[in-house]
Amino acid sequence: MTTSAIMHANQAAEWRPPTIFGTRRRRAIVWIGFALYIVWSVTSLDVDAQRILAGIPRAFDILARMFPPNFERWEILLSGMIESIQIAIAASIAGLVLSIPIGICAARNLAPKPIYLAARGLIVAGRTFHEVIIAIFFVKLFGFGPVAGLLTLAFASAIFLGKMLAEDIENMKEGPVEAVRAVGASFGQVIYYAVLPQVIVKSLGVFIYRLDANLRHSTVIGIVGAGGIGQTLSASFSRYDFDFSSAILITIALMVAVGEWFSDWVRRRLR
Amino acid sequence: MGYAAAPLSDSTGAVKASVPLLEIQGLSKVYNTGRKALDNVSLVIDRPQVVAMIGSSGAGKSTCIRCINRLVEPTSGRILLNGQDVVALDRRELRLARRRIGMIFQEYNLVERLSVMQNVLSGRLGYVGLLSSLRYRFPPEDIRAAFELLDRVGLAGYHDRRADALSGGQRQRVGIARALMQRPDLLLLDEPTASLDPKTSRQIMLLVGELVAERKTPAIINIHDVALAKAHADRIVALKDGVLVFDDIPENLTDSALAAIYGDEDWAAPHSMSEAGA
Amino acid sequence: MSGKQYPSVWQRYSAGERLVQWLWIAGAALAAAWSVSALEIEWAFFADAHEQAADLIERMWPPRWTYFPVIVRPLIETIHIATLGTMISLVFAVPIAFLAARNTTYNQITWLMGRALLVLSRSVNTVIWGLVFVAIFGPGPVAGICAVAARSVGFIAKLIAEAIEEVDHGQVEAIEATGASTLQTYSTAILPQVLPVLIGTTIYRWDINVRESSVLGFVGAGGIGLYLYASINQFAWPQVLVILLAIFVIVIFSEALSGYVRSRIT
Repeated sequence: MTTSAIMHANQAAEWRPPTIFGTRRRRAIVWIGFALYIVWSVTSLDVDAQRILAGIPRAFDILARMFPPNFERWEILLSGMIESIQIAIAASIAGLVLSIPIGICAARNLAPKPIYLAARGLIVAGRTFHEVIIAIFFVKLFGFGPVAGLLTLAFASAIFLGKMLAEDIENMKEGPVEAVRAVGASFGQVIYYAVLPQVIVKSLGVFIYRLDANLRHSTVIGIVGAGGIGQTLSASFSRYDFDFSSAILITIALMVAVGEWFSDWVRRRLR
Repeated sequence: MGYAAAPLSDSTGAVKASVPLLEIQGLSKVYNTGRKALDNVSLVIDRPQVVAMIGSSGAGKSTCIRCINRLVEPTSGRILLNGQDVVALDRRELRLARRRIGMIFQEYNLVERLSVMQNVLSGRLGYVGLLSSLRYRFPPEDIRAAFELLDRVGLAGYHDRRADALSGGQRQRVGIARALMQRPDLLLLDEPTASLDPKTSRQIMLLVGELVAERKTPAIINIHDVALAKAHADRIVALKDGVLVFDDIPENLTDSALAAIYGDEDWAAPHSMSEAGA
Repeated sequence: MSGKQYPSVWQRYSAGERLVQWLWIAGAALAAAWSVSALEIEWAFFADAHEQAADLIERMWPPRWTYFPVIVRPLIETIHIATLGTMISLVFAVPIAFLAARNTTYNQITWLMGRALLVLSRSVNTVIWGLVFVAIFGPGPVAGICAVAARSVGFIAKLIAEAIEEVDHGQVEAIEATGASTLQTYSTAILPQVLPVLIGTTIYRWDINVRESSVLGFVGAGGIGLYLYASINQFAWPQVLVILLAIFVIVIFSEALSGYVRSRIT
C-alpha cells in the first residue's frame, strides 16, 4: 500500500463518532461518575433488600385490593372534591390580586432598586419551599381545614404569578411606555395605557395555568391537614381502605384532566 | 450666528412674543461614565417654525431633544418653556409641563394592541383624571378633536383599527395625531422618518410643516437626512460632539459648513458624482 | 376649516362585546364568591395575623446550629432520593416517549397506551405517589425513590414525546432508506435530535425533584421531611429554622446547577 493509503486506513481504524460531551474523555468521566454515584448512594441509603423483595408481592396485593374502586362513600368524595375546587379558585384569585404589586415591584424597569431587590428576594424565598411546607405553617397558625389550604395556595400563587408578571414587564417594549409618560400621564395611567395592554394576554394565560395547577396542588396539601380531597385520601390510606383510595385517585385524575382541558381551551381562545 | 439677526415678525406677519416659546440656556449632559453628550448648548425659539437639528450619530441630537421634556435628565442648564424652567420642576409639575410638549418618535411608540383611537386619545391623559381615563371617559370636545385630527392626517375611518395592523407611515401619522391632541406649545420629533421609506418620509415632513404653520406651533426635528432637513426646515441647527456649531437658515448650509459639522472630507461626493465617475 | 361635523361620541367596544365581557366578569365574580363563602373563613383570624407571624419569627431566632449535624445525613438522603428517582424515571421515560409520539408509535392502541401512562403519571402528585409506595414498600427512601420516579416518568416522557414529534422528518427518511431497522432508525436519526431536550428536561425535573424530595418525609418516604415535620409538631422552632435554611441551600444549589447545565446544552 502507498503511504497515503496506509494513513487513511489508520485513520479509519481510529475513527469514533463524536460525542455530545465534547471529548471522549469527558464522556468517560461522566459515565464513570454516574456509576460511582449510583454505587455510593445505594450503599449509603438505608436500603433493605429484603423489604424491597417483600414489597413486590405486597404491591400486587394492594393493587388487587384497589380494584374495583369503591364509590360507596361518594358524598365524602364529592364534598372533598368541591372543597379542593373552591380552594383552588379562591386561592388563584387572591394570588392574582396580590401578585400585581409584587410583579410591579419586581420589575427592574419599573421599580427603584431597593424595592426591586426586596421583591425579588421575596420571590426567591417563596419559590424555594414546597407548598406542603408552607401548608404546615399555615395549619399550625390557623388550624386544620381549608383556610390553611387557601392561604398556602394564595401565597404560592402570588409568588408564581408575581414572578411571571415581572418577567413580562421586563420584556415589554419600552417605547410606548416612554411615549405615554411624555404626554404627561400619571403612573397609574402609564400602567393602564402602556403596560397593561402589553402584558395582559400572556398574564391571563398564566393565570388560567395557575388555576389548573392550584387544583392539582390542593389535593396534595390536604395530606398535612389543609383541607380538600387530599385529606380524604390520606385518611383512606392510613385506614388501608385501598378500594376507596383508588376511587379517590381516579376522581383526582379526572378532576385534573378536566382542569387541564379547560385551561388549554381558554388559553387557545385567548390568542 | 446668522439667525439672531432675523426680523422680529416672520413672513406670516406673526409678531414675536415677549417671552420666547422655548429658550435653552447652557444645557449640558454628562453621563455617569463621564461621557459628555451635551456641552453648553443654547438655543432660542421665538416663533412658530420648523427647526431641524442635524449632526452625526452620537453628536447629542437625541439627548438634546429628550432633555427638553426631561426624558433624559440634564446635568446643568435651564430650559425655559414659555418662561417656566422645566429643569427645576418637581414630578407633579413636570407632568403638567409635559402636557404642553408633544413628542413624536422614530419607532412611533404606539401601544400596538390598542386601537388607533385609543392611541390618539392617550394624548389627552395629562388632562383627564385617573378614574375617567380608566373608563375611557374623555370629554366630547376631545373625541371630536380626535376624529378631526385623524381626518387631517389622512386616516379618516381608521379609528377602530389595531395599531399593529398599520403600515409605518400610517403609524407615524397616528403618533403625530396623538401629539397634536395635547394642543402643545412645542413639538419634538426624534428622527421621525428614520424608519420610513423616502416617499413616506417626504409626506410626513410635508405634513409636519403644514401642521406647524396651521397651528402656529414650533417644532424641533432631530433628523439625519440633510437633504430632507434642507427641503422642509425654516432653520437648521447642528451639533457636533455635543456643541452647537451651526444655527442659520438652510440656504446658508454650505458644503464646507457640512464638512465642518460631519467632519467628512467627501461630503461633496453626492453632488460631484460625475467627477467621481470620470 | 371645513364645515365638517365630527362625532363627539366614541365607544371602545360594541354593545355585543361589552355584554360578553360582563358575562365573563360576572361568572368569575360568582365563582369567587361561591368559593370564599363556602370555606367559612374566620375573618377575625386575619386581624392579628401579622402579630402571629412576627411572634413565630421571633421564636425561630436564633437558629439552633447544634441541631445541624443531626440533619446532614437526611439532607444527603434527600438528594439521593431525587437523583436516583430521576435516573430511574429516565430509563422508563425514553421508551414510553417513543410510544406516546405519533410518528414513532406502533399503532393507535400503543399510542393511546403511551398517552394513558403519561396522564396517569402526571395527574398523581409526587407526595401522593409517596403515600402509595409507602403502603407497598413500607417507610423509607425506597418508597421515596419510587414516588419520584413515578411522577417524573410522565413529565420527562411528555416533553421528549413532543420533541420526537417535532423531529426533522428528512433525517429519519434518509436513515430508513438505507434499510435500517426501526430500532436503528430511532437511535441514529431520532435520538440525537432529541438528546438536548432529553438532557435539559431531565435536569430540569431533577431540580424540581430536589424540592419535592424535601417533603416526602412527611408521608414517611425518607429524606429530611420527617425531621421537619417532627420539629414543627414539637414546636422546636429554632430547629425548624435550621432545617429550612438547609433546604433553602440545597434547592438553590440544585437550581443553579440545573440552570448552568441547561445553558451549556442549548
